[in-house]
Amino acid sequence: MAHSGINILFEGRNMVRLLGGLWISAKIAIVAIVVGLILGLILGALRTLHNPILRVILRLYLEFFRVIPTVVLLFLFYYILPQNFNINMGAESMAMLVFALWFAAEMSDIVRGGIISVSPHQVDAGKAIGLNRLQLYYYVLIPQSIQLMIPATINLVSRIIKTTSLLLLISVMDVINIGQQIIEANGQRYENGAFWVYGFIFILYFILCYPLSLWARHLERKEVVTANG
Amino acid sequence: MNWSIVQQGIPTYEKAFMITLKLSFWGILGAIIVGLIVSFVRYFKVPVLQRILGAYVELSRNTPLLIQLFFIYYAFPELGFKISAEASGVSGLIFLGGSYMAAAFAGGLEGVPKIQVESGRAIGLTDWQLAQYVVLPQGLSLSIPAIAANVIFLIKETSIFTVVAIPELTNTALDQIGMLYDTNEALFSLVVGYAIILIPLSILLTWLERRARRGSFGN
Amino acid sequence: MANELLTVTHLVKNYGKKEVLHDINFTVEKGSVTVLLGPSGSGKSTLIRCLNGLEEFHGGQINFEDQTITPGFKKWQPLRQHIGMVFQSYDLFPNRTVIDNILLGPLKVQKRDKNEALAQARQLLKEVQLSEYENAYPRQLSGGQKQRIAIVRALTLNPDFMLFDEVTASLDPEMVRGVLEVIEGLAARKMTMLVVTHEMNFAKQIADKVLFLENGKIVEESSGHQFFEQPQTQRAQDFLSSMDF
Repeated sequence: MAHSGINILFEGRNMVRLLGGLWISAKIAIVAIVVGLILGLILGALRTLHNPILRVILRLYLEFFRVIPTVVLLFLFYYILPQNFNINMGAESMAMLVFALWFAAEMSDIVRGGIISVSPHQVDAGKAIGLNRLQLYYYVLIPQSIQLMIPATINLVSRIIKTTSLLLLISVMDVINIGQQIIEANGQRYENGAFWVYGFIFILYFILCYPLSLWARHLERKEVVTANG
Repeated sequence: MNWSIVQQGIPTYEKAFMITLKLSFWGILGAIIVGLIVSFVRYFKVPVLQRILGAYVELSRNTPLLIQLFFIYYAFPELGFKISAEASGVSGLIFLGGSYMAAAFAGGLEGVPKIQVESGRAIGLTDWQLAQYVVLPQGLSLSIPAIAANVIFLIKETSIFTVVAIPELTNTALDQIGMLYDTNEALFSLVVGYAIILIPLSILLTWLERRARRGSFGN
Repeated sequence: MANELLTVTHLVKNYGKKEVLHDINFTVEKGSVTVLLGPSGSGKSTLIRCLNGLEEFHGGQINFEDQTITPGFKKWQPLRQHIGMVFQSYDLFPNRTVIDNILLGPLKVQKRDKNEALAQARQLLKEVQLSEYENAYPRQLSGGQKQRIAIVRALTLNPDFMLFDEVTASLDPEMVRGVLEVIEGLAARKMTMLVVTHEMNFAKQIADKVLFLENGKIVEESSGHQFFEQPQTQRAQDFLSSMDF
């Protein structure tokens, strides 16, 4: 007799293992977000300078990460770094690197968009009181555009959380990979094992991403109201 | 990089390329239809249905395609719905893309100025005529850039189909790496395959966005 | 009393908890021009928009022809072909040519014969001197031309009643005249109209009746002649003296 399916989640250490897998995904996401945020801010600010060479390079960087599917990016780094450059890092660190670079690319576009939306009068006013360029960014441009950047950044964070589902493809022991193992190991003894395990992971992702999307939407709406008011 | 290996692989990649295109086409077409339905239901505030589809949108947008796909491919058969890998792929793409397309259409519909709706009402148009002659033509053309961006996004997402062993581009490359160790050649063909589809599309998208910013209508 | 086209009795409108129109009463006689005057924010646009259901109202009733309209009335759509309206902001459909803008209502709402409607549209276009723009898109027209087309679009439905909501307020001064002339032409042909305007000379010339609205109340109702020559209330006197005409 097969057991009722939902118990597959609670048999032995299954739940602990699943949540452990989620922690791996979260760890990779957090590192990627922190590094990507900092790098993205710098690159975004650089993209607003009137330096054509820098602009082209950074634009190409953005387009590269934007055009190539993330799955392919992962495999490019996964196979090319060790084989052609002799760089050997674990799959987890490699994923952190790829996601951080990806996050930074998308972030740079958000930052650039925010900065160029600040009125040019503000720049003039800043220059008039003698701010240098770094001060101008630090005291005038970034603070004024940061509110504009926050909703898009939250959405980006939500995207990267969803993208961690791809870790399975490069054999990281993430939540989905562990889920797969649990189904394979216990599937015979439970009805609807895949339904419960994948359903559980589905809900886990939803629980992580839904509040973020509510928050972003709330901020966007507030922004519209202030802009009109 | 061994060019003759790349060359030998061309017919295989051509097939994979066509599969990627075919599945993208059906997935995107389905997503557009779902997106249109969802955005209309929400635009016209159809009771009950509006809430159900609202829940669908949240589920679709806040979960990864990969797990949606696993659920369709592995969990549905347990419930008695047997479904092929390709059909799961297309269904997953529709499930994911529908909500993104809905957002694109909704953005366009909301972008139609209120005065347009009022003046349509003022000449006596019914709600359906208003939609048909005023809101849709204007709203749809406003949503084109967002739709184009979603098309690119969804084509890229087809790379995830490899997890259910559909022999599309990514899966074909991984096969070549796994079986023949032609890593560089496989990755090269893979990137070229996507580039052929995605670069023209993203150039088109840039152009559409620029045109939209200039305001193709302007009253 | 058969001469009344529109009667408004005890009309009340709220925005949330705030009452914005208080106990509005007036009648519009067939073939007459009623001008609605008042400072901005007095509720003129809100009132005129209540008359074709673009805004809902919350108390009182409207009688239009043989139709009684009470709060929550749902059947505005078939009624609207009898009530033409032209707005302050340009409201032509940018995705349709001039002639398609004009024919949309006659063909789709009234299901009229295409040739017959087209003939009428062309006749009206000729009268407003815009025949050559038949196939132009709205973006190719000036503001004044757009407003004249908008008037033609409303007229082609053969309405019994026309509402004009500050139709010249967004126009450059040199374009105002052409639009007002079209409305004057309609008055000469005894079209029943309710006009919201800030053009005092035009109002004085065209008004059979003036309703002076302030803070959502009709403060004064008098004949056009009397309102401009001998306003009865201090409010109206102040208003007239503040207007430069």
